[in-house]
Amino acid sequence: MDDIWQPIWLSIRLATVTTAFLLVLGAPLAWWLARSPRRWKEAVAAIVAMPLVLPPTVLGFYLLLALGPDGPAQYLNGHGLAFTFEGLVIGSIIYSLPFVVQPIRNAFEAFGEKPLEAAATLGAGPWDRFWHVALPLARPGILTGAVLGFAHTIGEFGVVLMIGGDIPGETRVLSIAIYDYVETLQWRKAHLLAGGMVAFAFIVVLAVLLLNRRPARQVASA
Amino acid sequence: MSGQIDAAFEGALGDFRLDTTFTAAMSGVTALFGPSGSGKTTVLRCIAGLTRMQGRLSVNGREWQGAEAFMPAHQRPVGYVFQDANLFPHLTVAGNLNFAAKRSGKRANGDSPAIDFDETVSLLGLGPLMQRMPAALSGGERQRVAIGRALLSRPQVLLMDEPLSGLDQAAKADILPYLERLTDTLAIPVLYVSHDIGEVARLADHMVLLNSGRAVASGTIGDMLERLDLGLLVEPFEESVLATAEVTGHDPKYRLTRLTCCGQPLTIPEADLGIGETVRLRIRARDVALATKRPEGISIRNILEGHIAEISAAPGAAHAETLVDINGARLRARITLEALADLELTVGAPVFALVKSVTFDGRSIAQKQTG
Repeated sequence: MDDIWQPIWLSIRLATVTTAFLLVLGAPLAWWLARSPRRWKEAVAAIVAMPLVLPPTVLGFYLLLALGPDGPAQYLNGHGLAFTFEGLVIGSIIYSLPFVVQPIRNAFEAFGEKPLEAAATLGAGPWDRFWHVALPLARPGILTGAVLGFAHTIGEFGVVLMIGGDIPGETRVLSIAIYDYVETLQWRKAHLLAGGMVAFAFIVVLAVLLLNRRPARQVASA
Repeated sequence: MSGQIDAAFEGALGDFRLDTTFTAAMSGVTALFGPSGSGKTTVLRCIAGLTRMQGRLSVNGREWQGAEAFMPAHQRPVGYVFQDANLFPHLTVAGNLNFAAKRSGKRANGDSPAIDFDETVSLLGLGPLMQRMPAALSGGERQRVAIGRALLSRPQVLLMDEPLSGLDQAAKADILPYLERLTDTLAIPVLYVSHDIGEVARLADHMVLLNSGRAVASGTIGDMLERLDLGLLVEPFEESVLATAEVTGHDPKYRLTRLTCCGQPLTIPEADLGIGETVRLRIRARDVALATKRPEGISIRNILEGHIAEISAAPGAAHAETLVDINGARLRARITLEALADLELTVGAPVFALVKSVTFDGRSIAQKQTG
């Protein structure tokens, strides 16, 4: 039974690392998308959102070229990042980026200019305003983004298969393991993992719904 | 020049054009007054650096905006009270106040007066509210917190954008005394945007009059209210002047307060004022009648003796505006053209100005002297 825990831990590790990177990258990107006056920012927004509509195999194919031994990633370490955990992290960040950026951008846009103007007249510079006004006000959106980014990374399959393959302990994540167990007719293990994912998905969706309801309730009780 | 605000802004926001130049003293309360759409708020936002327009701005001799220079909003030592309070919804009242206090040392405000945290809290009556969230406050309470927050940032000048306009009459009456106390006790100059002449007459020392994006006149509040040529910019029934009066006594039997105004007795409904205190009274033109002889057997208690200083009649109007000089102080009286002709009133003619006592209420009495 020990071998079903390995893909679970690998998926959780991958999702945790990916989500951490996504928040660090996604929050400033969402801030820029929400506030920049530039018209071409929507082109950037469209690029960020493309993984939503692209087949994962297409994304995975180009990532494989980029991360492979002949792609740009070779300059990082000489042999590229295909079929490594690091490669999976990079692929997952790109694949899950829209799920993090969109809710955070919405949250930044929702509270508008006014609290930031108040902060500016009280002596808060741009960085101070971002940290102490924008981020706290966007907290529900950030939490939603984090939960969605984490869950989406846990569930990814196509991109992982293309760039990571099926190396136990390195790239053999949950969804790949389920596929393997089914292929090799190990129904019991497939059931355990698949059933666990169903429960996990329910908890995630419920968490997102509750997160998004909270601000409304705060106002109502006031 | 130091000790004042020198401003000139020019630009367009959609259909609206602003092209205004004015100076305001860095002392007391200066009202930016005008009808809605006259550009008052835009001017205030330009001073705070929240809106950027072409122009120049210097405050106390320091350039905040020039041909190329533009000091960003967070470096300008201003306090800004927004029309809708605009508190941080994620912080308690204490959190909102601390946000300002923590950053108060950062700006170029070396010569702005020190503000004591506890004193501000008690001055504005914020003690019981400290742990509440903004969403759990009434409109008046929110605005008091916003004023406290702006003060605690230790500004050189306090900018207030119609701080009372979103409040109902009761909340306004509740907050006005705080504003009066504040402007009297703190040495922070205030720029006060309003379209309510009653509020302005009560609080302001100076006035800059704006119309269609231009500053059309400025001066002390007393002089500005006496100018008959500016009449059309004020609600026609709200034209008024300010008179300074000293409290001489109370009459508990008839519930009256007696005062001396320009050396002559004046009676108003009983007000909570100390004997010897000097107050500012707002007397509206429509509440003053004129007589050429001292009337007898009349219910009007206040009969002030003086002479006509100025007469003006708008073309096509049925009434004339007159300015009556009473030992140096001035009252405005609005009378019909017929009355003007019947009484043969001309500039210099001696008259008696009649003011009904009951026309004075809390809104027209301020414990503040005219500037």
